[in-house]
This record gives sequence, C-alpha cells and structure tokens, in this order.
Amino acid sequence: MQKIGVFVCWCGSNIAGTVDVERVAQAVANEPGVVISTDYQYMCSEAGQLKIRQAIKEYGLTGIVVCSCSPRMHEATFRKTAQAAGLNPYMVEIANIREQCSWIHKDKDEGTEKAIILAKAAIAKLHLNTPLKAGESAVTKRALVIGGGIAGIQTALDIADAGYEVDIVEKSPTIGGKMAQLDKTFPTLDCAACILTPKMVDASAHEKINLFTYSEVEGVSGFVGNFKVKIRKKARHVKADLCTGCGVCTEKCPSRKAPNEFNQGLNKRGAIYIPFAQAIPNVPVIDTEYCVKMKTGKCGLCATVCPSKAIDFEQQDEIVEREYGAIVAATGYKLINLDNFEEFGYAQNKDVITSLELERLMNAAGPTKGTLLRPSDNEHPHEIVFIQCVGSRDVSGCGKPYCSKICCMYTAKHAMMIRDKYPDTKVHVFYIDVRTPGKNFDEFYRRAVEEYGVDYIKGMVGKVVEKDGKLLVQGSDLIANEQIKIEADLVVLATAIEPDPSVKNLATMLTASIDTNNFLTEAHAKLRPVESPTAGVFLSGVCQGPKDVPETVAQASAAAAKVIGLLAKDKLTCNPCVANSNELLCNGCSQCANVCPYGAIEYINKEVNDHGKREVRRIALVNEAVCQGCGACTVTCPSGAMDLKGFTTRQIMAEVDAICK
Amino acid sequence: MTYSYYPGCTLKTKAKELDRYARVSAEALGVTLAEIEDWQCCGAVYPLALDEIATKLSAVRALDSAKKEGRELLTLCSACHHVIKRVNNDMLTNDDIRMKVNNYLKLDTDYVGETNVVHYLEMLRDAVGFDNLKAAVKNPLKGRKIAAYYGCLLLRPAKVMQFDNPENPTILEDFIKAIGATPVITGYRNECCGGYVALEDKAIPQKRANMILEEAVSKGADTVITACPLCLYNLETNSTIDNKPTICYFTELLAEALGLK
Amino acid sequence: MTVNEKELAERVIRISGVNTKKCMKCGKCSGTCPSFEEMEYHPHQFVSMVEKGQIKKLMESKSIWTCLSCFACIERCPRSVEPAKLIEAVRVCVIRQQGENHLKANAVPEKLDENMPQQAIVSAFRKYSK
Repeated sequence: MQKIGVFVCWCGSNIAGTVDVERVAQAVANEPGVVISTDYQYMCSEAGQLKIRQAIKEYGLTGIVVCSCSPRMHEATFRKTAQAAGLNPYMVEIANIREQCSWIHKDKDEGTEKAIILAKAAIAKLHLNTPLKAGESAVTKRALVIGGGIAGIQTALDIADAGYEVDIVEKSPTIGGKMAQLDKTFPTLDCAACILTPKMVDASAHEKINLFTYSEVEGVSGFVGNFKVKIRKKARHVKADLCTGCGVCTEKCPSRKAPNEFNQGLNKRGAIYIPFAQAIPNVPVIDTEYCVKMKTGKCGLCATVCPSKAIDFEQQDEIVEREYGAIVAATGYKLINLDNFEEFGYAQNKDVITSLELERLMNAAGPTKGTLLRPSDNEHPHEIVFIQCVGSRDVSGCGKPYCSKICCMYTAKHAMMIRDKYPDTKVHVFYIDVRTPGKNFDEFYRRAVEEYGVDYIKGMVGKVVEKDGKLLVQGSDLIANEQIKIEADLVVLATAIEPDPSVKNLATMLTASIDTNNFLTEAHAKLRPVESPTAGVFLSGVCQGPKDVPETVAQASAAAAKVIGLLAKDKLTCNPCVANSNELLCNGCSQCANVCPYGAIEYINKEVNDHGKREVRRIALVNEAVCQGCGACTVTCPSGAMDLKGFTTRQIMAEVDAICK
Repeated sequence: MTYSYYPGCTLKTKAKELDRYARVSAEALGVTLAEIEDWQCCGAVYPLALDEIATKLSAVRALDSAKKEGRELLTLCSACHHVIKRVNNDMLTNDDIRMKVNNYLKLDTDYVGETNVVHYLEMLRDAVGFDNLKAAVKNPLKGRKIAAYYGCLLLRPAKVMQFDNPENPTILEDFIKAIGATPVITGYRNECCGGYVALEDKAIPQKRANMILEEAVSKGADTVITACPLCLYNLETNSTIDNKPTICYFTELLAEALGLK
Repeated sequence: MTVNEKELAERVIRISGVNTKKCMKCGKCSGTCPSFEEMEYHPHQFVSMVEKGQIKKLMESKSIWTCLSCFACIERCPRSVEPAKLIEAVRVCVIRQQGENHLKANAVPEKLDENMPQQAIVSAFRKYSK
C-alpha cells in the first residue's frame, strides 16, 4: 500500500476564491493510503515546497498528490520537489483544481465537489504508479535555421558565435528577406541595407555557418537533439563553384519579361538574374519559366558570354540529408492578397500601391533609383493618401482578424520621409487607431504630425475611383462627422501581413502547431515565447506573430539562446512516459505503427516464449528515444498489447472509477 | 439545356426588351427558358429585418416551383435575382425563417433551399461559355465602346450572391468582349444609381446617375449596359447630362450581336 | 434611456441581428455611403446611437428614408456590423406603427412618370409602407 500525501494549493484567491480548499483536504484525508492531507496558500513557493519535502520525510511518503494548477504549469516544479526529498519524480500526481475547477465554476459548492472528485481520481491513479527512470539520448551539435531573413540571420549568427555549426535554408536565391527590400527603418531612420547587408556578409563569411540558398526543407524526422532533415537544393543552372559573380550573363540575357520580385513586380528582370546587387551568394539563377533556352532550346546567350563556363542548363535538383540537434523556424511573412479589397482599386489602378511597393519606389536601389515617381506615368505625386488597416482587424472573412502591428509605424515613416524630401507634397493618412507602443515610437509618430505636417484623418476610406488621371479617394472624417473626397496622385495601402504560406507544410513536417491564422504557436504565450510545443523546435520572427525589426531581432537572439542552451548539453533526458508493447499480446497487425505520428514504432521478428511454446513472431518494438508518449498507439491497438508508462490503461480506468464512484 | 424561368413584373411591362431579347437569344444559343406558372411579384426588395416572413413567401413559391420541375431557376432582373437568391439562402441557412415559411406555405414537402438560382449572365458564363457565345456571334459589335453598369443588387452581399468579385467584377466585361465590343471599365460601375428613392426625391438619383454617366462618357464609353430596370430608369430618365451615352439592357446587345434584332 | 426607448433598442437589435459591440469605429460605412450627404445621422452614428438606445432620434430622422439599400456598408464593413441592417430595423419600427406609413397609396399617382418601372414602385412601397 502506498503512503500518500495530499497537498491542496490555494493559489492565493485563484483557487481558494471558488474552491473550499480546507474541505478538499479534509474530504480526502481518509481515502485509502492517505496519511497526510493539508492545504497552503502557495504550494509552489519555497515555503510550500518545504512543507511537501518535510512531509515526505516525516511520514515516509511513497507518493504525493498536489491539487493545484494545470500540470503544464507546475508538474515539473513538484517533481523536482519530490526528487529533492528522495522520491521518484514520477510518483507525483497533479489534480488540476484551478483551470478545471475554480476558473470555470462560479458556485463554490460545485467547484469544491469537483475538486474533491479530481483529487480522489489522482489518489486512485497514484496507487498504481511505479517509479520510472528517464533514459538519455545524445545531442547532434548543429542547428538548422529555416528562413534567411533578418530573423534567421540573427539567430544563426548568435548560435554560430557560441561555437556551434548552423545551416540556414532559404528558399529564394539570396538571404536578406523582406528587410533587404526596405528603404529606411523606424524609429531612427537608418538605411535598412546599411544595417542588414553587413550581417548578411557576416553570416556568409562565418566559418560555422553554412548557407543553403534556393533550397527548401523537404522532410524532417527524428526528435529533439537528433533531427534528420532532407533539404532540396533547387537547380540554379549556374555552377556556384565556377561562377565569379561578374554579372555579364544577367546583362546580356535578352529576355526581359519576368516580374522583378525584389522590386515587388514594379519592373522586369532577365530570365537569368541576381535578385539585387548585394545578394548573397552573388550567384545568378535561371528562371526556367522565362528562359528562352530552357523553353525552346534556342538562345543560350548566357552560356556563350560566361567567362568561367558556369552555366549548366542540365543541372538537376539535389537532395541533401543532414542531422541537427535543434531547428529554428524563421519563415517570415508576406502581404495578403488584395482581391478582397478592390474598393481601393489595387488591381484596377497602377497608382494604388502597397507600402512594400512604396519602399521600393523610395529606395535608392529601386526601380526609380529612389526618386518617388508614380507608376502610371512616372510623374511626381503631389498629393498622397495612405490608408491604414487594409485587411487587418477584419473579421468579415475578407481579411485578417489581428493587428499587423508594423503598419502604423512604417506609415508614419513613409509620410515623414515624403514630407521631408518633397515638402510641396500633401500627405494624408486615414487611420482607425494609431498604435505606437515601443521605445521612441509615439514620439516618432508625433514628429510626423507636428514637425512634418502630415494630415492624420480619423476614419476609413470607402472607395477609390480613378478620375481624369487622379485618384478620387472617398472616406470619412469621423472627428468632423463628414464624408470627404481627396483627389490624390498616389494611394498607398498599409496591407495586412500573414505568415509565409510555406509555414503550413513546414509545421506538419515539424509536428509544430499553428494557430487559426497560420502563425506558429509558442509553448507558452508569456513564459516560453520562442519555443514551439515540440521539443527542439524554436521560433524566430514573424512566423510566430507580427513583429517589427527590433522585436524580430530580439526574439531571434532569444531563440538562439534557447538553441545554445540545448546544444550545450551532451545528453538529453528522455521522457520516460513512453509506449511499450507486450510481446505476448502483440499480433503484429501494424495498426500502431500506422497511427504513430513520430515514426517511433518498428516491427521485428522475435522468438517469444508463449506459455512454454517457443515461436518466432512479428511484434511491435517502440524506440523509446523517439516516442513522445502521445498514446495514439495504445488506444489503437486491438489486442491491448500497447500500453503507456505513467498512463497505463489500468491507471486511467482507476481514475475513471474514482470519478464515477 | 432547360431552365425554369422567372421573368418578374417589370419584365412584363416597362422592361419588355430585357425579357424579349433574352428569350430569343437563349433560344438561338440552345437554351430553353420555361417560364414557371403562376409566379408572383418577388417583392423587389429583400427584407432585411429578420422577422419579415410574409414578404419572402412569393420567392419561396417560385423556388419550390423550379424544385418540382427539377430545374435550376433562372432570373434576369437584378432585383428579382437578388431577392430570390437571398431568400433561398435564408431557406438554406436560417432555421427560424425556414420553419416559419414552411409552416405558412404548407407545401407537399418542405422547401429547404434545394433550388439553384442562376442569373442569365451566369448561365452565359458558366453553361454556354463566353467562348461559345463568341463563336455564335454573327454581327460582332466591333468598335463599340461599352461600359458595364452592375449596380448593387447583382454583386452585394458577395457572400450570398456569389456572382463575381463585388469590387472588381468581370462578368459583364467578358460578355462585352464576347460580343465583339470593347469594355470600358468605370469606378462607379458598382455604386448605387439612387434606387427606389426616385419615387420620393428625384434629386438623389439625378446626382448619382449624372456622376455614373459622366464617368462613363469621360472614359470613352458610347454605350452603358445594365441588367436592372430601375438602374436603366434612373440612368436614362433621371440624369440631366448633355452628351448622354446609349443606355440599354445587355440582352439588347446580345440579340443584336447574334443577329436577332 | 426611458423604458420605452430601451424596449425599442432591444427590438432594433433583435430584428436587425446586428451586434453593435463588434464595431471598431473605423467609419468605413460612412466613408462608403452614397447617401451620406442626404442623411442627418450617418451609418456609423446608427451603430453608436442604437448602442446608446437613442432610437427615437433615429426614428424621427430623414436618414431612414434616404438610405438607398445599396448594401455598400454591408459589403465593406470589416467587422460584419453592417449598419444598413440597423437602418432598416429603425425604419420598420416606424412604419409598423399605426398610421405611420411614410408613403401613402393615394400619394403615389402624382409621383409616377411614364418611364418609372414597377420595380421602383414596389420597392418604395415595401421600404416606406406597411
């Protein structure tokens, strides 16, 4: 018979406000095996833990039940407490009387009754607990960063500086991401290229960093410390080892039909191209969709002019398999499609542009060499309207329900820079709210209004119509309670951002979860913001939620710190609550292997001794290092051979019996 | 291809051209329009108030008629299409309205939104196909510059009407191309003509119609087409601009292009 | 808010099906409304006034007769508040009262012209009378 201690936590008034904790402690004091049952204000505090440790020693407890918050919160805490007092940490059971009782019940009697039942269930389970011992697994001392924008670059640099190898996989031909497209960065207005390109160079020159550009992750297997990843290196059709980056091929290419992605399609590029002058690596890529040679077999001018014979029309994709201890997702974002917002006429008028297009139009390396010219006729715009929240905070189904977070600040930046460079230009900003939480952010926005005379209008635009070469913008001015019309030369849409679409497939490969907006989910919104719930997978940048550059860099470094903490370990403790198969009951049907999301089950032929009868049978074998203890196999197994340590069928049924009593 | 056809009141009186040319053109394109028996006025406006039941009954009768024939219900007038499509959506998605309407009508079997409501233009696009229409054209309207005026009722609310992109529609422009003319795209093509307020205060539709037509003319349109008798009325009768373009129903041009006019 | 006004506000909410609390006060409805100039209270004000229970002011306003039912505010509202439904509900509250038809049958003939389609007459009747 176990000797059990029950410890009921008040959680201040969080639990005690709705659950009579004293009554709970008394009600279970006479349950079989319980030798002490008590309550305390904060069981997780130093004093509370001391109470538990003392009780374990004083009463010679073999197991404890803590009635407190969710095990996600403090199970690990109380396991350590028990271990410190000489108890096996898996002889601890948590009855969640906060999230499952006090927070959801208003009636104290009801809450108390339920808390007592949950405590009894935990006691019933604990009677069947056995001490478990966690195994160990080795750690591959290399990290994979997926995405080569500022988030991925910063994470990779920090990990590499700590002395660990890092691979960056970037799907486009160069690293740099969205930040490379920006002109200036708020709130200090430094040039984005001036602060980003040195970091790109650092990443490429770092002896510990290996770049896989124009590459994509195709498959992930394994587990924390021991991931195996398949990377597809897409064919550039240019031999990187021979190419000197002279650029002759890109100049001579006769095709000029492909939209220039780096300039947001505002101009065209050749079929063989380098995205931008500072691209890393400085190796061109052939766009097979536009290359005349690849499509018709005629041309091949690039190969003729290449002085180093680097062009290779026959080049094939290559698959590389690498092992990693940790994986960081840094897949970034894109602007939403504006088809659902055609009242603003983005598809119908060339002079209705997105903010990212404006970045290119203001960038010295952009299609207009930094002179602000409107796309329709290359004239200077003299009156510009900015529309905020296009597709953000939209619950109608047309846009995104969240705030994209960066638009208020970059619009203030754009407005200010235009007024600074072209003082004769009138600038209006339609806003719903101006959101500027951040160091020196509100001051920045106020400067746009007070020093630069930007006209902020509280209201939203309803319709944009082209009229005699101008854009007639009709919107509301809510402060004046008027409907106003502005004849603008250029309209800029602060378009909502969304996670890069590649994240969905990646999340499946990583068994990382995504939310309803396709942002990757963090393990805990406040306390574990850069970790995914899947061990060994970390989050960096906008793939987790909208962020500006400073916040992205901060989070990127935080993710790196977590990776370094993991790679610094030589061994990882495994979760001992894993599946195991009773070889005498297993009939080799394969159903468990089919449902296992981690590929942890394999089948072997083994000689078994079934009541004296020796025979070779096909049976399931669980790889304990790979198993995550999800239990899918145990409920699938038709013969009852599969069971989960720490959560055996007997234990679960004992809980159910206790609840139903 | 046979459809149950709901013409509506206005098509029997002031908008006979809309109806007549739709029928002859359909016939030429191999489409049979079988007018449903004993149809009643759809009510012309969709009742937005959730407790309006009686005003939805005639639309349901028409829908049930088509259901009994086992056909799709084809409409032509924008208002009829709007009302019938939205009432059908209510019958499909709103338990309360569905129950009350069926309690009231006492049909042989309850009507629960089974009928598919198709606008004549959708029939041209999806069943005939604009490529086939183009091939059937005998008298292409070459050189004509035509502005499509959609109005409100075909497009909005897009979630229910599912007709086209409500802010950047293409169906009428594609139709114009199919009959050999050049579409002129205007910004006000989906902005209201002033609607029924014309009965009480002509100043409002006058302002709207002038604005809509001025834009069409300034962008080079010689003709403005519509599918709505009320839009046509406001644009034609209540506008006061001098250089008015030709304003007609799209079916008139369809018949003309097919050599039936 | 009087007892009567509170009851009216509840009725408007019930028959419109509108959740005024979803409004984020962006003003897109009023920025889009083709009848804005003809209105005393504008679409965005309907939302806040219904929320405050100021139904009588709205019932007496000419705004309810000048809404064109074009559904632009419904289509473009980013929060699915859809103010036209409130305008319709207030209008219905008026015309359902005894003797409060906005359009009387005997006044119709003088308003007609030879081109006016049946659609216009039926629409106006449905919108203005019970």
